[in-house]
Amino acid sequence: MEAWLSYLRNLDKRIWYVLLLLFALAFPWFIQSNYWISVAVVFGIWAILGLSLNIIVGYAGLFQLGHAAFWAVGAYTTAILNTRYGIPILVCMPISAVIAAIFAILISRPILHLRGDYLCIVTIGFGEIVRLFLFNDPFGITGGINGIRGIDRPSFFGITINTPLSYYYYVLFFLLITLVAMQRLENSRLGRAWTYVREDETAAETMGIDTVRVKMLAFAIGAAWAGVAGNIYASRYTVIAPETFSFWNSVVMFCIVVLGGTGSIPGIFVGTIGMVVLPELLRELPLLTQAFLGLLRAPLGALGGFGAVEQKLMMISKSIADNIPMWRMLIFGAAMVAMMIFRPEGLWPHWRYRLELRREEEAAPASVGTAGH
Amino acid sequence: MDILLQQAINGLTIGAFYALIALGYTMVYGVLKLINFAHGDLFMLGAYMGLTLISMYLGAGMTSGIIWALLVIFILVMIAVAIAGVIMERVAYRPLRRAGRLAPVVSALGVSIFLENAVMIIYGPRYRMYPKGLIPEIQWNIAGAQVTLMQVLTLVISFFLMGALYYFVHYTRLGTAIRATAIDHDVARLMGINVDAIVSLVFILGPALGAAGGIMVGLYYGRINFVLGWGYGLKAFTAAILGGIGNIPGAMVGGMLLGIFETLAAGYIPQGGAWKDAISFFLLILILIVRPTGLLGERVVEKL
Amino acid sequence: MALLEVKELTKSFGGLVAVNGLDFQLHEGEILGMIGPNGAGKTTVFNLISGIYPPDRGEIKLNGRSIIGLKPHQITEMGIARTFQTIRLFPNLTALENVMAGLHCRTKAGLWGALLRTKAQREEEKFIREKARYYLKLMALEEHEMVLAKNLPYGLQRRLEIARALATSPRILMLDEPAAGLNEQETSELMETISQIRDSGITVLLIEHDMKVVMGISDRIIVLDNGIKIAEGTPEEVQNNPRVIEAYLGKEEE
Repeated sequence: MEAWLSYLRNLDKRIWYVLLLLFALAFPWFIQSNYWISVAVVFGIWAILGLSLNIIVGYAGLFQLGHAAFWAVGAYTTAILNTRYGIPILVCMPISAVIAAIFAILISRPILHLRGDYLCIVTIGFGEIVRLFLFNDPFGITGGINGIRGIDRPSFFGITINTPLSYYYYVLFFLLITLVAMQRLENSRLGRAWTYVREDETAAETMGIDTVRVKMLAFAIGAAWAGVAGNIYASRYTVIAPETFSFWNSVVMFCIVVLGGTGSIPGIFVGTIGMVVLPELLRELPLLTQAFLGLLRAPLGALGGFGAVEQKLMMISKSIADNIPMWRMLIFGAAMVAMMIFRPEGLWPHWRYRLELRREEEAAPASVGTAGH
Repeated sequence: MDILLQQAINGLTIGAFYALIALGYTMVYGVLKLINFAHGDLFMLGAYMGLTLISMYLGAGMTSGIIWALLVIFILVMIAVAIAGVIMERVAYRPLRRAGRLAPVVSALGVSIFLENAVMIIYGPRYRMYPKGLIPEIQWNIAGAQVTLMQVLTLVISFFLMGALYYFVHYTRLGTAIRATAIDHDVARLMGINVDAIVSLVFILGPALGAAGGIMVGLYYGRINFVLGWGYGLKAFTAAILGGIGNIPGAMVGGMLLGIFETLAAGYIPQGGAWKDAISFFLLILILIVRPTGLLGERVVEKL
Repeated sequence: MALLEVKELTKSFGGLVAVNGLDFQLHEGEILGMIGPNGAGKTTVFNLISGIYPPDRGEIKLNGRSIIGLKPHQITEMGIARTFQTIRLFPNLTALENVMAGLHCRTKAGLWGALLRTKAQREEEKFIREKARYYLKLMALEEHEMVLAKNLPYGLQRRLEIARALATSPRILMLDEPAAGLNEQETSELMETISQIRDSGITVLLIEHDMKVVMGISDRIIVLDNGIKIAEGTPEEVQNNPRVIEAYLGKEEE
C-alpha cells in the first residue's frame, strides 16, 4: 500500500514535469510574439543565475551579494576569447565556467572564515572591484566603459543561433541541464554537506565534514554556473558592458533566491518571475488593460450604456499607463517588503518547510503522544 | 607635505560623513543583527528634506540669521527622518524579527528601492542644487593647506553629535538599556527593558544622525541626487565593518579612517580617483583577513 | 597502550585557566566518567580533544599518534565522535538527514559522482540511507525519520545526537551531559544505551552531572576541579575520596 502511494506520488510529480516541459516547448507558439519570447530568454538566463546563486546562498547559507562578479568573469572570458582569438562560443562556455570557478576559489579562500555579515560586505566589495576593473580596463582587454562588441553567435553543425526563437530553445536546453544538475546536487552527499554547514557549521565540522572545502566548492560551482550564464548572455546580446554587472544585479539575484524560497528549486522560478518578469509585465500594463477592456466590451455592450463606462475605464487605464514607468520601481520595492512580511519563507519554500507546517498542525493534539516515546 | 595635510583634512571631512552614517548601521546591527540596507536612503532623504526646508526659508525672502535657520532646519530634518526610520522599522522589519537572517535583508532592499523611487518621483531624477553661499566661504591657511569654514563646521557638528551619542549610550540609563538589548533580547526583557521601545529608539538615533550627515553633504558638495544613498550607504557600511560592526567607537574610527585613506589613495596612487572605491574595498578585505571582526570588534569565542 | 592519551593538557581563555596540566588515559572498551563542579573545565577538555580549540600546551595522542593541530573534521575521521552539552542538531533538517551527516566522513562521492549519478554514487547513496536508518533504529527513532530535528521532543533530540555521532563509526564516543533534562525513565534508558554502545566495542568518555548515571555505568571516573584533576579511580574510590567530597561540598557552601 505504502509503496503504491509513494509510486503514485512520484508519478504525479513526473506528470507535472512532463506537462511543464511540454508547455515550455510549446510556449513560442502560444505567445506568437518575439517580444515575449525575448522576455522568456531573459527569464531563462536569470533563472540559471538564480539557480547558481542558490548553491551559495540557498544550500550553503553563505551571504553572497556579489554574484554578478562571477557572471561578469564568465561573460568577459567568452567575449575576450571570442573577439580576440576567434574561439567559438560553445568552446568558450566550459572555459568561462572553469575560469569563473578558479576566480571564485582564489577570492573565497581567504574570506571563508568570516562570519555571515562580514562575508556579505566582502562579497559586495569583490563585486565592486571587479566592476571597476572592467570599467577602468588597466590591461586594455575589457574595453572600458564601452565594453566589448561584436561577439559571435553560437553555432554548431552549421546551425547558427541568432533568432529570438532559436535562442529560446538554446537557453531552454541549458536551463534544463542546470535543473537536472541542481536537482542531483541537492540530493547528493555534497549537497547535504552544504545544508549541514548552513544549519550549524561547528556541528558539521565535528561530523567530519571539511567545512572550508565544502564552502569553497559551493563558491566554485556557483561561480562556474554563473560563468555559463555569462557565456550565454554575451552571445545573446553580442555586446557586453560593465554596468550590466553592477551591484544592483547582484541584489536582483539575491532577491530571486530569497523571494522564491531559500534553497528551493521551484522557488527560483517563482523568484525570477517576481524579480525579472513582473517588472516587464508592469511595463505592459496598459496593453493588458486594453485587452481586458476588449473582453468586457461584449457583456457591457449587452447591458447598454457602455460608452460612458468604457470612456471612464480607458481614461483611468491611460493615466495609469502614462505613469507606470515612474511608479513601476516604487511598486516593486513595496511589493518586495510586502512579500517578505506575508511570506518570509518565500513564495515556494523548500519541501522541508511544508514538513514543519504539517507538524505544527498536528502538534497540538499529538504532542502528548509523541512525547511518550 | 602641504598636499598631504590638505588631503588629510579633506579626508577627515568625508570620513565624518561616513562615520555619521556608519553609526546608524552599527547601532541597528548591534541591536537587531540586521544590515539595514535602507539606511543610506534615509541619509539621502535627509539631504532632500534639508534642501526643501532651506529653499522654503530662502523662498520666503529671509536671508538674515541663516545660521540659526540652519540649526532649526537641522533639528526639524533629524526629527522627520527619525520618524521615517521608526515607521520603516514598524512596517518592514518588526514583522520579520523571527523570520531568519535573509528575509529582513530582502525587505530592507525593498525599502531602499521604494525610498529611492519615491524621492525620484517627488524631486525628479536629475541632480538638485543646494543654494550657494549659505555658509560664508571663509578659508584659513594652515601650514600650506586650505581649511574652509564648511569643513570646520562639518567636523565640529559631527564630533559633537558623535560625542553626544557616545555619552548617551555609555553613561545614561537608556543607553545602558540599548547595550543590554544588544547583548541579549531575552535577558534584557527579563531585566524589565522594553525591547521594542529600545529598537524604536535605535531607529530614531541612527536615522537622525544620518539625516544630519545628509544635509551636511548637501551643503558641502552643493548637489544631491536620488541615488546618493547607495554610494554613501555602501561606504558607511564598509566603515562600520572596518571598525567592527555593532561597536559605536568602531564606526567612528572606521569612518574617519576610510575617508582619509580614500582621499590619500585618490591623491597619491596614479589614477587613484578611478580606483578610489576599489581601493577602499581592498583595504577592508585586507583588514578582515587579518582581523576577522574588524579593528575594534571583539573576538567572539563561540560558546559551545 | 591506552587508546587515548592526554598529557599535561593546558588551555586558558584570557586570564582564566580552564584546563591545567591535565593527564589521563582512556583504555579501549571502557566507560570513563568525567565529573566535577560547574566550570571545572570538562567541556573544554572535549573541545580540545575534538580540535575545536587548540591547546596552549600538552599532548593528545590517539593510538600513539598525536592529534594536536588537526582540524575537527580530521579528528572525527580518525574515530573520535562527540555530542554537545547544548544540543547541536541541524534544526531544520529531518532526523534521517541529521544521521546521514555522520556518514559523510565514511563515504566519498564528490561533485562528478553527483552530477553524472554514477553507479558507484547511487550505491553509496543507498548505503548512506540504509546505514542512517540503522542508527535511527538503534536509538529507537525510526518512527521519526521525517520529523525535523527541532520539532522532536527534548529527550529524542538527545538520542538523535547520539545516533548522529554513532553514524561516524567512532572508536571513541564523547558524550557531554547526555542525561541533562531527561526524566527518570529516559535516564535509565540512556544508561542502558550507553552500556550497549560500550559493549559494541566503542570506548566512551562521559561528562555527566547526574551521579546516579556516572556512578552506575562508569568503569573509572576522573574528577576535575578548576581545570585540575583531583582524583581518579573506580566509582567507589572516587566517592570516598576526601578531596572530591571537599570540591563538591565547597561548591555547595557558596
